[in-house]
Amino acid sequence: MITTDASTIDIACREEVEHADTVAIQTFGFWIYLMSDLILFATLFTTFVVLGGAYAGGPTGKELFDLPYLLGETLFLLFSSVTCGLVLLALHDGKKKWVLIGLAVTFLLGLGFVSMEINEFHGMIAAGHGPDRSAFLSSFFTLVGTHGIHVTFGLIWMAVVIAQVAVKGLTSPVQSRLMRLSMFWHFLDIIWIGIFSIVYLTGVV
Amino acid sequence: MSQAFIDSTGASIGSLKSYGAGFVLSLVLTAIPFVLVMSGTLSYPLTLAGIFSAGIVQILVHLHYFLHLDTSSAARWNVLALIFTLVIMALFVGGTIWIMYDLYYRMM
Repeated sequence: MITTDASTIDIACREEVEHADTVAIQTFGFWIYLMSDLILFATLFTTFVVLGGAYAGGPTGKELFDLPYLLGETLFLLFSSVTCGLVLLALHDGKKKWVLIGLAVTFLLGLGFVSMEINEFHGMIAAGHGPDRSAFLSSFFTLVGTHGIHVTFGLIWMAVVIAQVAVKGLTSPVQSRLMRLSMFWHFLDIIWIGIFSIVYLTGVV
Repeated sequence: MSQAFIDSTGASIGSLKSYGAGFVLSLVLTAIPFVLVMSGTLSYPLTLAGIFSAGIVQILVHLHYFLHLDTSSAARWNVLALIFTLVIMALFVGGTIWIMYDLYYRMM
């Protein structure tokens, strides 16, 4: 009996260790994905830098970009990044209610950002300044749109995680997913810093 | 299933203080380039320098305070992967821009 117990404990310990390794490997693997995504964005940034001056007689950034509106978008994303960090703190303390509240607030802030961006794109396309107008606008819509699609997928992922926390509770797999979602979200905020600096502010100066 | 918080390398979670510091620094570093561009007080090259230095510092602030990248052994491989990615990026972003501007210059 004693040997059976000991071997059971031994197996349990090994599973615990393997589990911790699994989470670390998943986290690192997700980081490698983020790095490949960084390469993707770098190519789109480069395309924009090369084509950003090709207006083809169309509108320039100075005529199109509304800086107070851009500041609103930027603040939505920055606030959501901070609330996303606070979710991890609540997760660390095992406060399920605060994890859910934090995720809901992060989701709404992210939704605010995406709504403002869709509104901005819609206004530009309706005014005849769509991606087909000039090389500048093609590269603009590709770069900013790719970021917007990433944020949209982040929102879908967040909705799924909210449901999982609500239904399953803060189990280890759910915690692990939440941490990767948080990395994704902070990463998208970092890409946005590049976008508002290189695309918008530089275009308006 | 264990309800305890899982420890994992490369994704430490920070503290209220670090998120607060990161938030305040990010707000200031976002305000600086917007004020520079909106007021238009500085010359064109100085404004550009202001935008890019504030942007780079804000990215570092995000990496440190939000993604918790540092020189600790837990984050070492994440930092190495990031540095490798930055080298690749510098090669083809710099290379592309160099080639395209050279081409533009010769075709003028």
